[in-house]
Amino acid sequence: MTSAEFLDWSIYVTFVMVMLSLAVAFVRLAKGPTLADRVVALDMMTISIIAVCGVAAVATGVYALLDVALVLALVGFLATVALARFAERREARGGGPEE
Amino acid sequence: MNSIILIAGARLQAVLLLVFSAYMLLRGHNAPGGGFIGGLIAATGFVVYAIACGTADARKALRFDPGSIAGAGLGIALLAGVMAAFWGDALFTGQWLFIGETEDSKGIPLSTVLVFDIGVYLVVLGAILSIAFSLEEAV
Repeated sequence: MTSAEFLDWSIYVTFVMVMLSLAVAFVRLAKGPTLADRVVALDMMTISIIAVCGVAAVATGVYALLDVALVLALVGFLATVALARFAERREARGGGPEE
Repeated sequence: MNSIILIAGARLQAVLLLVFSAYMLLRGHNAPGGGFIGGLIAATGFVVYAIACGTADARKALRFDPGSIAGAGLGIALLAGVMAAFWGDALFTGQWLFIGETEDSKGIPLSTVLVFDIGVYLVVLGAILSIAFSLEEAV
């Protein structure tokens, strides 16, 4: 097995594994009994998509995809913080912490 | 929200986002990026800061009213378009100046296209922030 072949195989395996993690996170997003479960699942999906961007940059050689990953990582944090604050406010209003 | 961890992290991240937005703005002509995306990223930086430290602090950090920033950006973009008239070209034709040009190198290229991009950057930053701050204050 040459090194190029090995890289190709690694890229295939990585894609499958990241897609698997996306699917598992999506199940939690759909089922998740509480809001906190859904927020964590969404965060996990963001990180998986960042991984997809990185692997796609290696696979295709389009390094602009790395900028996509960078922006996604920075903005994903904002999404998590905004959702956390939304949950906090709803609890403060007495709307019940669940669902 | 009064979390000291969030405030410390948000300050760092706002700086990171602003530096990255300047990078996106300057590379825009030849690679993915440009004024619009740069403005959006800079606005995200200020929104992170506003969520962590409050809208009043974020307005103070911005120093100018978001509406005035958008107006100034529109003026700068128009200026970049009108500049073409000095060379007798049609409105909004890009003008290039190559400093230190030699046979095989272009030197430092300066253009009115970049001035226009800076205008777009300020318009997007001001517009997004005026919306985001009003929404924050209304809640």
